[in-house]
Amino acid sequence: MIKKVRPHVNQNELLLFERSSPGKRGYQLPPLDVPAVDPASALGAQNTRAEIADFPEVSEVEAIRHFTRLSTHNYAIDLGLYPLGSCTMKYNPRVNEQVARMDGLAWAHPYQPESLAQGIMQVMATLEQMLAEITGMDAVTLQPAAGAHGEFTGILMVRAWLQSQGHPRKKLLIPDSAHGTNPATATMAGYAVENIRSNALGMVDVEQLARVVDEDVAALMLTNPNTLGVFEEHITRIAGILHAKGAQLYMDGANMNALVGIARPGDFGADVMHLNLHKTFSTPHGGGGPGSGPVAVKQHLIPFLPKPRLMRRNDGWSWNYDLPQSIGRVRAFYGNVGMHIRALAYILAHGGDGLRNATLDAVLNSNYLRVLLEPYYDLPHQAPTLHECVFSDARQAKRGVRTGDIAKRLIDYGFHPYTVSFPLIVPGAMMIEPTETESKAELDLFVDALISIAKEIEETPDLVLTAPHDTRTSRVDEVTAARKPILRWKPEPK
Amino acid sequence: MRYLPKSDIERSEMLRVLGVDSLDHLFAHLPDEVRLKRPLNIPAGKSEYEIIDYFRARGAECADGYASFLGAGVYRHYRPVLVDTVVSRSEFLTSYTPYQAEISQGTLTTIFEFQTMLCQLTGMEVANASMYDGSTAVPEAAMMAMRLTGRDRILVARSVHPEYREVLSTYARHQGMPVVEVDYEIETGAVDASDLEKKIDDQTAAVIIQSPNFFGIVEEVRRAAEIAHRKGALLIYVFSEAVSLGLVEPPRDADIVAGELQSFAISPSYGGPFAGIIATKEKFMRQMPGRVVGETKDTRGNRAFCLTLAAREQHIRREKATSNICTNQALVALMATVFMTVYGKQGLRELAEHNLSKAHYLAQKLPLRFSGPFFNEFVVSTASPDAINHSLLEKGIIGGLPLGRYYPELENSMLLCATEMSRRHEMDTVARLFTP
Repeated sequence: MIKKVRPHVNQNELLLFERSSPGKRGYQLPPLDVPAVDPASALGAQNTRAEIADFPEVSEVEAIRHFTRLSTHNYAIDLGLYPLGSCTMKYNPRVNEQVARMDGLAWAHPYQPESLAQGIMQVMATLEQMLAEITGMDAVTLQPAAGAHGEFTGILMVRAWLQSQGHPRKKLLIPDSAHGTNPATATMAGYAVENIRSNALGMVDVEQLARVVDEDVAALMLTNPNTLGVFEEHITRIAGILHAKGAQLYMDGANMNALVGIARPGDFGADVMHLNLHKTFSTPHGGGGPGSGPVAVKQHLIPFLPKPRLMRRNDGWSWNYDLPQSIGRVRAFYGNVGMHIRALAYILAHGGDGLRNATLDAVLNSNYLRVLLEPYYDLPHQAPTLHECVFSDARQAKRGVRTGDIAKRLIDYGFHPYTVSFPLIVPGAMMIEPTETESKAELDLFVDALISIAKEIEETPDLVLTAPHDTRTSRVDEVTAARKPILRWKPEPK
Repeated sequence: MRYLPKSDIERSEMLRVLGVDSLDHLFAHLPDEVRLKRPLNIPAGKSEYEIIDYFRARGAECADGYASFLGAGVYRHYRPVLVDTVVSRSEFLTSYTPYQAEISQGTLTTIFEFQTMLCQLTGMEVANASMYDGSTAVPEAAMMAMRLTGRDRILVARSVHPEYREVLSTYARHQGMPVVEVDYEIETGAVDASDLEKKIDDQTAAVIIQSPNFFGIVEEVRRAAEIAHRKGALLIYVFSEAVSLGLVEPPRDADIVAGELQSFAISPSYGGPFAGIIATKEKFMRQMPGRVVGETKDTRGNRAFCLTLAAREQHIRREKATSNICTNQALVALMATVFMTVYGKQGLRELAEHNLSKAHYLAQKLPLRFSGPFFNEFVVSTASPDAINHSLLEKGIIGGLPLGRYYPELENSMLLCATEMSRRHEMDTVARLFTP
């Protein structure tokens, strides 16, 4: 029984280029208040282009209908639960959008005089301070543009710190449960990757770790809680093993939303970590960005932070470029400041207690789903979990139905699927993260849906194998898309 | 906390299902030594209107209401109302990366349109779904060129944005990628072709030029491409002022285009979030970093779009991926898409013409440092850029960017920019300060 949704009529929409017709326009410029300059004589005829062939020409009404119709072809958090494990799809408070658009902030130019940028620098400084308090670290840079960019920044700092002691070392240790960005980051930072196997509980095997950590290891990149939602209980021992050999503990803070107000990486041995403001701190995912990936470090890494850094002078905030040991810039200007504004608004709205309560509810929601779904789906790792839990399709696979099929069937029930086939250590993974901003009623509907699908798989597996049935777009042929890539629209040959 | 949608009664019901009596119990397995034993030192939660007051006060401490002639990679262009109307739609704002194509066709279709328009603008054959920004697109393009050529040396023009070059050098240091800078001509401000000829060799993977360059000068792309190609190197064309593409000949001779789209209705926002792009020739597409959307069909035979060529990416290839990039700038790219749609074929050209006209009006009365053709920014000579900027600030105008910090030899120069938003009387005020 599908309770959350029923089908409704949904409009088709052509591509912009197919809607275009010559001479249509959706703009009007004010009259030019200076003499018009002839482009060919100013730029040189050879530097001046002819028309932009096939560029769209539509009216304002058609433009807004185009994008509004297309928007209705999307699912979104504002429509309901979006339980993508590891992605932390929580409510994005609307007031954050409004404050980020305030004129003095939104129109601030990165090169305007510091005396006329004090407000926005204050916002950034306050956010740095609060993130340091939340993580238990000593300093924060807001420059990286996303989580993976933060990883890159953090690892370059580890490298520079080791280099300052004589040698950058050769490799990074990365658990097999890690996000793909971790090994990709290692390569970009000039390190080889050694994978670490997880034990039966889904945690780092500490004995194995102790055997492989040597003077070639620059750092362990660890997500805690890890991608199974399991807190690495031996984290202080892990940090001790690394530190004893002069290596660093890099913490991937993708799952920091499970710890805020409960435990701080800086207190359990992390030397450097990144945060995803678009996860823990609710800045909107926007269909795939913008993100923001601040990096927090302990005292010994501060000299290596990217430049410039905010510095307090007598008369206010200033940018300090005089940082001889800095790894340099990882991005122009100062980072995704619009995201910093939103994240600070989120923190201010919660306050210290509210942030902790959010963590409690996130963990409550995840465990509630875990308990109610466990009778129906296989839970390969039995360790206690925090903000997310990972089932496998082991039982359903016997009927020929895999995690990807169950995910597609969930769409018919009105839900966005969980994360499919990740982490890699769980074959047929179904990775579920509800976040704290889901009501009990929404969670109950989700449980109903997954129980109902489990029954369908027993009785009518084909129904699940061919899902989704009620969407305007049925299952998409991704294989042909990759084999014969069509990456842009082209006009019909005349 | 108003964002938490549960009553205490519901929490109790849920805890009963879990068979535990308190929320804290859910963390009982965490070792005692990792537990935070005090409240976070963050003030109590604020109401919505306190938050608005706080940020309004911070905004008032910035240059709200000032006219500005700053460009240098971040431009003041009008933002059509439709842009925020569209990106505020919940379905675009609060959706994730479109992995589940069946319920993400909205985002996927707009990205496909974005890729198409970027190809039309740049003269390239394929474009990705966005990069973080222009500055990070440059090293990604350089690494792409390394993979394509099997060479490791990069030549970059000194007239490329100084902060882009700083980012390039941060990335290059650990890639075993020597970066050599090519001078600009002191007369024209354009890349010095003879210096480029001198420095290029058969280990050079790519030559990176920017146009309009950091000084606002439109470069001779074909000449740079010929020099690069003669040695088997690729030409990377960088742009930071996307509106120029409405008027300037597209870089068809380049192999990779790495650009910044801030000019397309993206707020300056003190430097971000912006959106970068990489566009290239079809034959190079499998080495392109970042997300890409492709056209396909669903099982009913209807046109559909999906993320594709994932075999390049970190979540599949891990340490062998073309880049570690994951989240990019989708919503900001959508702003640019709406902007391009609103202006369209005629509007983008007209907008570019207004920029050209305004900048040339401002420039005509000023001592230009370079003779090369410029679009909407240019370098002027002055004994003291700081003194001029100081006088302008008193009139509510933010002047240009003094160049001494980036180019010691241009200590007595400043970079000025005029856009369609520059008013004639403000430009006259600037000009008067240069002609005592």
